[in-house]
Amino acid sequence: MRTSYREGLKRIAPVAPASASFGIAFGILASTAGFGSLAPIAMSATTFAGAAQFAAVSVLNDGGTVAAAVVAAVLLNARYLAISVAIAPAFEGSRLRRFLESQLIVDESWAVSQKGGGRIDRRILVAAGLLLYPCWVGATALGVFGGGLLGNPERFGLDAAFPALFLALLVSVLKTRRELVAALAGGTIALVLLPIARPGVPVIAASAVCLAGLWRR
Amino acid sequence: MSQTWVAVLLVGAFTISFKAAGPVLLARRQLPARLASAFELLGPSLLAALVVTQAVGGKGGIVLDARLVGLAAAVVALALRAPLIVVVLVAALATALVRLV
Repeated sequence: MRTSYREGLKRIAPVAPASASFGIAFGILASTAGFGSLAPIAMSATTFAGAAQFAAVSVLNDGGTVAAAVVAAVLLNARYLAISVAIAPAFEGSRLRRFLESQLIVDESWAVSQKGGGRIDRRILVAAGLLLYPCWVGATALGVFGGGLLGNPERFGLDAAFPALFLALLVSVLKTRRELVAALAGGTIALVLLPIARPGVPVIAASAVCLAGLWRR
Repeated sequence: MSQTWVAVLLVGAFTISFKAAGPVLLARRQLPARLASAFELLGPSLLAALVVTQAVGGKGGIVLDARLVGLAAAVVALALRAPLIVVVLVAALATALVRLV
């Protein structure tokens, strides 16, 4: 049965370079957004979820409050609650072991470990997560170092990197018509609130769209 | 403690608990289907809002500047199925070039 750990490494290997480059981007953008050098690395080591990390950095960078940044990032990561509950039966062993292995749940490791019917292969998820984790944290450190050398972020168009990055992430999560409608509604809410609400609030308000998910079904 | 660290620690603590919740606490229980279905919409709606605020947000509300050229370049890169890092670099480069001229 050991082969499926190896299978996990094999499946995640093509994804690892993309994850590393995403980590470098996070390190650069977070450090040039005034996050210092240690905080971005600590965030990658604890949160280990790219989109939410970028969301927190960008809300703070826009002058939003800590509360707004945390709420936006936490809402973005709420899907991990749904994922972790859904795949819980796959985990085994002691409580500590289940806790440690659960921290290896990220979109990529979850995606490559699918067995069909919403079930996952735990070994594949663990192996994939174990490879991605050092890539992610190490790449963040590399980016922080690189960002320190760059200086003024606007000169290199780094402020335009944020919307491009979120757009790329958005495109990758749009699979159904419902999600497309949710995205259009969320974007519209943000645009309407942008001139009148405090920084960070338009993003949080956009999450109200998910209330529509409570009605349907 | 600085604002940055408060945000880092809180987001980290929440995310760690979310990931651990299923395997550690709730083995063999299920989230209500309606709640799971609502969670599915959080990603698309929040990411779209982040695209908007990061592309046109600025002092005093909406600011239209060189970032939009970068975003347009990103759309082209995405349409060509470029990897994420290329999309980001293309956007930054296009914006930097517009600012040079």
